[in-house]
Amino acid sequence: MTLTINPEVLEGIEFDEEGFMVDADDWTPTIGETIAAILELDLTERHWDVINFVRQEYADKGEAPTLRRITKVGGIPTKELYQLFPDGPAKIAAKVSGLAKPTGCI
Amino acid sequence: MATVDMSILDKIKGQPAGDKKAKRKLCLVASKGSLDMAYPPMILANAARMSGIDVDIFFTFWGLDIITKSKMNNINISAVGNPSFSMAPYAPWFKIPTWLGALPGMSWVATWMMNREIAKLDFPPIPEFMEMLVDTGARVFGCQMSMDMMGLDEDDLMDGAEVLGAMEFMEMSADAQVVFV
Repeated sequence: MTLTINPEVLEGIEFDEEGFMVDADDWTPTIGETIAAILELDLTERHWDVINFVRQEYADKGEAPTLRRITKVGGIPTKELYQLFPDGPAKIAAKVSGLAKPTGCI
Repeated sequence: MATVDMSILDKIKGQPAGDKKAKRKLCLVASKGSLDMAYPPMILANAARMSGIDVDIFFTFWGLDIITKSKMNNINISAVGNPSFSMAPYAPWFKIPTWLGALPGMSWVATWMMNREIAKLDFPPIPEFMEMLVDTGARVFGCQMSMDMMGLDEDDLMDGAEVLGAMEFMEMSADAQVVFV
């Protein structure tokens, strides 16, 4: 698996100390792809189902959904969510979707 | 050619360049079978999995009820012997004295109320929570000795649970952080 990273895409985008985007409104799908590539994550259609749901929830409510909401409302089963983001779906999905570090406990 | 601060890449990765950290691992020992003590290990295990940390949970003594098929639907809170027991969140100032908690039905009422508050926070009931944990990849073990003592075998445990001895648990948790609940 070879992923090409184009760091130029990230020019002018601000990240916090833990690598989460500071302003979620700066996000574009290209930036999402680049962040994913840096995390060595090959985005599939199912990843995009998660990212699109997360972005939609953010647009509607101003905050990232909990993982429980992604599974219950977004319709991505827990097992699959962890297969898609093996390094921890809460943080990684937020990072790739350009959102702040999630604070929910569930 | 645009210039990008390449340290951003390390920031996003969450680790300094070239420093591939060993994967963090957590072992939880769940030893209590009351409603208020069943949730902490489950919530910690789930939070760990959400952050990509490996998790093993070892259920021992009364904690076994949490993964025993015939018991996991009926985990209660005791209304006696807890000096912090109050009518929170409705009347947190009203501490329930042990003599009052001992009245018939008090445990049932307290369990019903706490389950309702838990549901409000969108935490699933215990059987669903445990299934979810297995789906997240957390490994679930029943303590061999406790099971022998209580006359249980692996078929009595929820799907996905395995039986493990204390010595094997020691080996399994050798490179992990261990939390006893």
